[in-house]
Amino acid sequence: MQSIVEFKNIFKSYPGVMANEDVSFNIKEQSIHAILGENGAGKSTLVKILYGHVKPDSGEILINSDLSIINSPSTAKNLGINMVFQHFSLFESLTVAENLILGMNENISLSKLKDKSKTICDKYGFNLNLNSPISSLSVGQRQSVEIVRSLLNNPKILIMDEPTSVLTPDEISKLFKILKNLVRDGLTVIFISHKLEEIINLSDYVTIMRNGKVVSTISTQNEDPDTLGYKMLGYKVSKAKQVSDIKFSHEIFNIKNLSTQSKDPFAINLNEIELSLKKGQILGIAGVAGNGQKELMEILLNENDYEFSGDIIFKDLNINNLSTFQRKSLSISYVTEERLGHSAVPEMSLSENIFLSMNHKSEFKKGDFINFEKINSYASDVIKNFNVDTPSFNVKAGKLSGGNLQKFIIGREIMSNPELLILSQPTWGIDAGSEAFIKKTIVELSQKGVSIIIISHDLDELLEVCHQISVLYEGSLSNPLKVEDINITKLGKYMGGLFD
Amino acid sequence: MSIELIIGILNIVLISTTPLVFAGIGELVTEKSGVLNLGLEGLMLVGAVTGFITLVLTGNYFYSLFLSIISGVILSGIFAFLVLNLMTNQIATGLALTIFGIGLSAMLGKKFGGTPIDGLNPYYFIVISFLLVFFVAYFLSKTKTGLIVRAVGENHNSAYALGYNVIKTRYLTIIFGGVMSSLAGYYISICYAPMWQEGMTAGRGWIALALVVFATWKPWRLLVGAYIFGGVAIMQMNLQAIGVKLPGQFFNMMPYLATIIVLVFISSNKLRLKLSAPSSLNIPFEKNQ
Repeated sequence: MQSIVEFKNIFKSYPGVMANEDVSFNIKEQSIHAILGENGAGKSTLVKILYGHVKPDSGEILINSDLSIINSPSTAKNLGINMVFQHFSLFESLTVAENLILGMNENISLSKLKDKSKTICDKYGFNLNLNSPISSLSVGQRQSVEIVRSLLNNPKILIMDEPTSVLTPDEISKLFKILKNLVRDGLTVIFISHKLEEIINLSDYVTIMRNGKVVSTISTQNEDPDTLGYKMLGYKVSKAKQVSDIKFSHEIFNIKNLSTQSKDPFAINLNEIELSLKKGQILGIAGVAGNGQKELMEILLNENDYEFSGDIIFKDLNINNLSTFQRKSLSISYVTEERLGHSAVPEMSLSENIFLSMNHKSEFKKGDFINFEKINSYASDVIKNFNVDTPSFNVKAGKLSGGNLQKFIIGREIMSNPELLILSQPTWGIDAGSEAFIKKTIVELSQKGVSIIIISHDLDELLEVCHQISVLYEGSLSNPLKVEDINITKLGKYMGGLFD
Repeated sequence: MSIELIIGILNIVLISTTPLVFAGIGELVTEKSGVLNLGLEGLMLVGAVTGFITLVLTGNYFYSLFLSIISGVILSGIFAFLVLNLMTNQIATGLALTIFGIGLSAMLGKKFGGTPIDGLNPYYFIVISFLLVFFVAYFLSKTKTGLIVRAVGENHNSAYALGYNVIKTRYLTIIFGGVMSSLAGYYISICYAPMWQEGMTAGRGWIALALVVFATWKPWRLLVGAYIFGGVAIMQMNLQAIGVKLPGQFFNMMPYLATIIVLVFISSNKLRLKLSAPSSLNIPFEKNQ
């Protein structure tokens, strides 16, 4: 088979980082070619260059052996290159049909569009209602719209940027089947992922990238997740292992019959949530994004007086009406999903960020003044104990890499000696080294008797560190499953809403 | 009240409201593409004075109309260059455009204040204004180009990722809005008044801006809203004529009060806000490099 895309010596730098450095490799026609790498390895930049979304500093791209200058997405589309973005490029307030029309190169009447999209949907098993507005669709359905929109242009190359990160296991296997059928019918798929097993299951070839450079391009046939993982990182990551089969003593936190009735049509209403957590236990809350995680976290934090019915009880005390700082004073700590802007203020120094989160503690104040001595020493302790790579506590939070900042934030909360720690997406978008460190820290913390709730989309992470996992689906929380009894099929069913 | 009086009032409402329709429908298209142009008042004044001066000097209605439109193209083109290419703040730039327009028109028109001219028949423009609303409504809801304009205003990053030229689309909608504003100004100085006087648009540009929000970015509602606002203004004179003692300021504030009420109403429901306001309004677009 012939190469359909050839990257030749692509360079692209951003201030302070080399996103792509001398990237060269070929993609064979009618294959599924994966690009594997950690967060920040330069995969997304590379495909955005191919799609004309980002301009390379130097280098050439050959499409079907022809030198092609792709300087805008419309040029890429004329060359038959289409892309499905990680964060979808759909228009929320427009209907499915309008979104499809916008994606098409040619002008088309509505009835013709209906015929054309129906042919594609029937052939590959999509299910779309052309008249629904995008805002009413689930994440999986939105992805279907994106894919159908790309297919309507009869593309030769389809780029998919981390398409599985938002899907349930069932939806993933359905997607893979569709992709394989598309390749059989002549399409070339470029598939970006950092999930090793997916790549082995799906793709024919894989290009491994590390720090902007290509490590190698190989056939996936003879690879397994461990060998591929080693090639991706350049070192072995030891897995945190949670000790199973512990007898937990007393209950420390529970939620009884919690429901919400929001007036916001875009919010998910929580439905009679029951939850119980014992001392030293880690409970994972799994589920596809947008099933009520945001709303649940909102209620646990209580920053915005979100209205709800039911009871939240911490150590026999009803904390329904307590403010965030009052809850923190009771030794509940939080790490929210958004690192910059919520957990930390990017323009402020690390020690100032300590104070912002700890200002309920009198030890950090001298009367009405800030006790800088205290917060500086607290910040240095966090930096030392949690391997935060930074020259000093005076560095602005926004200057730290995602992994380092996350270690700093989690360290900050842990050093305040919480009895209950609530984490949302603790390892989202950070490097593998920091991820391993954070997981290890969480496991150790639970062994010291701290109870932990982790809300995460990352099943592997939850399976690695938790004792029990519940699944959130459209605002309902499943019964907890013991990790040692879980298999992925059952979890997949739960994530699709089929609780026992 | 006699029938003639009612017809007379309706006639005045029709004649006096037309500038609001022109300026409002232009701004509606601009805002639908995600750009807020606060320079309407300035654009209207410059359009008014350019048309007026040309008419006095040449006596030719066609030239005067043409140059008035050109003034709108140039001024809104400068505005577009500033906010789209140089990415200046849209609010500050729009305000500057208004202040600039007020000053420029006063300077240009200094010698022409009070010069008598033969006005044009306003009814042509009234008919055109209705057709325009129909055309814009059809364009936005039924044509692919209209869909692209809405898409650019809804989410410019997605539109760009799909291969649409966001900057070009916005240039065209801004210039359309600019031309509509100068037409509104032209109508005021050539048909409605017909004369030139400094600051003669008397805040109609601001009312047109309020009108777009009042209409929740829908062309037909804009037409209805324009006549309500225009009607209130005329009512003021007539009520005073028949001896009702309400201060004039009360009527002057009505359009703005109504707009605030509508704003509160649409903001109270997030769905309504999301479905009516263009999501990218007033957000600068930066290409990924």
